[in-house]
Amino acid sequence: MAAIQSTATEEIHPDVALVERAKAGDEAAFEQLIRQYDRQIFRIARHITQNKEDAEDIVQDTFLKAYQKLEQFQGNSKFYTWLVRIAVNESLMRLRKRRNSKTVSMDEDVQTEDGSVPRDFADWTPNPEQQYGQGEMGEILRKTIQGLPPGFRSVFTLRDIENLSTEETAEALGLSVPAVKSRLLRARLQLRERLSRYMKVKDDEAK
Amino acid sequence: MTCTEFLAKMTDYFDGTVEASLLEEVHAHLAECSHCEVVVNTTQQTIHIYRDQQLYEYEMPEALRDRLRAAIMEKCRGKRCK
Repeated sequence: MAAIQSTATEEIHPDVALVERAKAGDEAAFEQLIRQYDRQIFRIARHITQNKEDAEDIVQDTFLKAYQKLEQFQGNSKFYTWLVRIAVNESLMRLRKRRNSKTVSMDEDVQTEDGSVPRDFADWTPNPEQQYGQGEMGEILRKTIQGLPPGFRSVFTLRDIENLSTEETAEALGLSVPAVKSRLLRARLQLRERLSRYMKVKDDEAK
Repeated sequence: MTCTEFLAKMTDYFDGTVEASLLEEVHAHLAECSHCEVVVNTTQQTIHIYRDQQLYEYEMPEALRDRLRAAIMEKCRGKRCK
């Protein structure tokens, strides 16, 4: 039975009980953890790898690894953050394999200042999304985020799409808090700059 | 406050965590610099557009979730017998 004990032990995350049960061999408890987090892990993997099949494999590998390493999870961090860390590492490994290079890492390309300094100061149309159909908009966003280095894409995904805190993002990515903040700023500014060309008020509309 | 100094604080500004001592300067800069005002507005829109669209677009269909979960549990059974 899932324990309902929130009042007395507010600080204890409900996942802790599930993890303990899973450690003791309760399969249903681990299955419950999968149900809770599979969608988030899929989205994160999909964002970082930009590939649907890879993301499906990563969901499987992430939970399998978590299951195998369950004893190592000490509860110092949230289970979800621990899981995300595994998923990010798996995603970067996939990218590396796909490109057959050793260079894909959290640090790749982060030295570049390209696009991190705002150049486009045109305002956007009031509802830029409505200018495009759903499919077309999706295509624009995909193209735009694909241009970001994986290290920036990871930070933006965890922080802005999945809504992890700066501290959780730092922990999941193995980065310091200032490094997360600096990458997040640059990721946001680069995306903004790239999206601007699709979203800004056209010259003839502005007149 | 210069534009570069403002940009360095933009993330904290979005999070509402700018130090109290700097907040007035940040607001003053925004009030007088139309470029930074546009950057703030369009960056916020960037975040919202991505969040709205991609949460929806990268959602896993239920059938896929079921299939993956079954595959994971199947693999787990062989890996960590208690």
